[in-house]
Amino acid sequence: MTNSNENFLKELHHPDVPVPEGMQSAVAVTSFGKLIDSIYNWGRRNSIWPMAFGLACCAIEMIATASSRFDQARFGMEVLRASPRQADLMIVSGTVTKKMVVPIVRLYNQMAEPKYVLAMGACAIGGGPFKEGYNVVSGIDKYIPVDVYVPGCPPTPQALLHGLIMMQKKIDGQSFGNRNSMPWYGRGPSEEVPVPVLGPDIVDPRQAYLLRREAAAAISAAEAETASGEADSGV
Amino acid sequence: MTEHVQVAETVTPLEDAINRLEARFAGAVRRDDREGYSGVIVDPGKLVEVATFVRDTLGFSYLSSATAVDYLGKSEGDHLEMVYHTYNLQGGPALVLKTQTPRGEATLPSLVGVWPGANFQEREAWDLMGIRFAGHPNLKRILMWEGFHGHPLRKDWREAYYEQDTKPFDSRWPEGHVSRAEEHNPYGKNVTYPAGFTLDDYESQAEKALYEDVPMGVHVTDMATDRVVVSMGPQHPSTHGVFRMVVALDGETIVALEPVMGYLHRNHEKIGERNTFLHNMPFTDRLDYFCSMSNNLGYAVAVEKLLALGKRWDPPTYRAEAIRVLMVELTRILNHLVAIGFLLNDLGAYFTPLMYAIIERELILDFFEAVSGSRMMCNYMRFGGVAYDLPERIQSTAALVNDRVRDFDTMHYLRALINDRLPRAIDQTNDLLTTNEIITNRCIGVGVLTREDAIAYSAAGPVLRASGVPYDVRRAEPYSIYPDLEFDVAVRYHGDIYDRYLIRLDEMRQSIRILKQVLPILEETRGQPFFAGRGGQYNPRIPAGEAYGRAENPKGELGYYVVSDGGQNPWRYHVRSPSFINLTALEQMCKGHKVADVVGILGSIDIVLGEVDR
Ligand code: SF4
Repeated sequence: MTNSNENFLKELHHPDVPVPEGMQSAVAVTSFGKLIDSIYNWGRRNSIWPMAFGLACCAIEMIATASSRFDQARFGMEVLRASPRQADLMIVSGTVTKKMVVPIVRLYNQMAEPKYVLAMGACAIGGGPFKEGYNVVSGIDKYIPVDVYVPGCPPTPQALLHGLIMMQKKIDGQSFGNRNSMPWYGRGPSEEVPVPVLGPDIVDPRQAYLLRREAAAAISAAEAETASGEADSGV
Repeated sequence: MTEHVQVAETVTPLEDAINRLEARFAGAVRRDDREGYSGVIVDPGKLVEVATFVRDTLGFSYLSSATAVDYLGKSEGDHLEMVYHTYNLQGGPALVLKTQTPRGEATLPSLVGVWPGANFQEREAWDLMGIRFAGHPNLKRILMWEGFHGHPLRKDWREAYYEQDTKPFDSRWPEGHVSRAEEHNPYGKNVTYPAGFTLDDYESQAEKALYEDVPMGVHVTDMATDRVVVSMGPQHPSTHGVFRMVVALDGETIVALEPVMGYLHRNHEKIGERNTFLHNMPFTDRLDYFCSMSNNLGYAVAVEKLLALGKRWDPPTYRAEAIRVLMVELTRILNHLVAIGFLLNDLGAYFTPLMYAIIERELILDFFEAVSGSRMMCNYMRFGGVAYDLPERIQSTAALVNDRVRDFDTMHYLRALINDRLPRAIDQTNDLLTTNEIITNRCIGVGVLTREDAIAYSAAGPVLRASGVPYDVRRAEPYSIYPDLEFDVAVRYHGDIYDRYLIRLDEMRQSIRILKQVLPILEETRGQPFFAGRGGQYNPRIPAGEAYGRAENPKGELGYYVVSDGGQNPWRYHVRSPSFINLTALEQMCKGHKVADVVGILGSIDIVLGEVDR
């Protein structure tokens, strides 16, 4: 504990201000902004509450991480919340299917800022072993922004813990001085991710313009084909 | 290896049953004489009559699996075929019924009236193969959503990332070029739309179809209570993953319940049919992700049945079979402990009992990791044996206490685990829970599934046996070295949550009994080959034909229906998943109970979504 305390002070301390040798472990001179940042982030990084929802196999390793041997509670993260309103971190633990991405986006929208997303496992990162499947989304980052990726199939609990520590590092880097790193204090409400639509296939509303373009192209291609009378279709 | 057990006198042996069928339905039933196939082909018009006769008169009262096969380009008629595997509960091989329908207007009579257990399986066949079932009470899509384009398991249906019909794809092998599939798609995603589709004025059918019969909202009925429709899940702490239920309540009492699934439908079967036979082994790990070892074994049993049809085939060695049984029975204990933990989770003891289970699970996983290289996804069995022998020592750097590398002699570790540690864990579970007042009050008499219903709904595994049916594939159609091992088939008679809990304790004790017999076999066969294939050839040529291999998994009977056309890839690869089919009876168990009991009942079935949705 004292060790981390010292590190904490050392990081906080302004390098240009000298402090007598014997007091370095107890005193730090710093700017107000840095002090606020560090206290604010210290509180947040040690009480990240993940949302309790598991998607697939990876969720089992997530549970293993939360239980006795690996003990996620050491990082203040043992409070799994079933409600998105109370959660800070969404661990996307498993294969995201087209059917499931709709509720996931909705849950993400319902989470209060500041919120983070951790993609756990090959599936959540890019589709994993099931990528070619017709009902599988090629990575959750096609729909919502992801902060930390933890590779593996499934990632071992150690890997997940490492990912969570990276998550803490990311939080440490956020600062009031840099508004871009804390967009939730910006003016106006934060933007929602449009919820995908289950049509003939999953549709991302952000791609509506693309759909129109493709449809128009298809129509003109069909016209051209009937005009020339040649069966010549590209792949 | 799989000699047919001698069946009781009242039972008609298979051959006799087929003869009687042919005599009774002359002209409508004929033997399936394609090479490597078995069973009978039934005229669709007579299907219901034949099925009733098979169930009532011939005694094949248990429908294990119903699935469809697309024979596009494989037969003159290009027909779709529905395959039903029926079993006699006294044991013995399957009587396989098949019926064919043209691809264009695929319609068959529904068998839900004969076997209610066919309900979800027929819906799946409609969803994925596009066979309509006349007379089905609720023929909606089950794994995909209403409005999805096409029926994906048809051979001429192509997914967005389609490259070639079968692997290895030319682009990757032998040159080894890799490209990201997204880059070839105009949307940069795994999507494809019918020509001309746009989002303007489009209205999604997916949710609407769900509530068609049960309007959402509150409806005041004549009685003083409100009728409410509640959607539970897919994000819900007690649905064991992404399972969803639409529940109609009268006050707090359940009047109707519909499971909604497919939120983890990972297209196991479509991918499986593109893969080579061996490719599928690691995919089976991810079905029931608690029990990858057992899934491996089921698939190996199925493909080995196919191999046995051919000439050049060496059955697995005795050591291989012993190792397999060791793995599978350890898995059973692991699964049941965790299942009890989750059940308690659902009953309100949040996480604590599960912690106890996970301690034991970690110990077993350490062993799996040392043997196969992976904690959960073991990918350990091969056709004809296992991938590696047991290591001499178990060394692991995982979970260090004071950075100490753990190092044990493998057999010593196993002996300690099996003779001491696990029996104590089981006793501890028993001591802490069995007479607990909350558990007895919430479990006894709740969620009853009668013996008749359990059979009719094709329930399997602990659910079936807790309802008084002593049916265990390890005894009914033995595989591996189970005939040489002594154990009892656990059975309980009340069919409620409590019995489903107790039977898991019973089964774990039987597993310990089996494991104690396996340990000396492992000692004796030390150093003998663990793989029978020639020259370490993992990917043997699979002869044409069909096989239905099943294994008694912790969650119930896991079956693989594999059809081979003699090539490198399975023509049809179907998984009969116990979790999926056990859910057919969920509504029956829940009706009349309170909504709080549903989670308990669901917990007692012990589902895992990777297997439900596949
Ligand atoms: S990454 Fe692997 S373990 Fe994780 S969900 Fe996907 S298939 Fe399962």
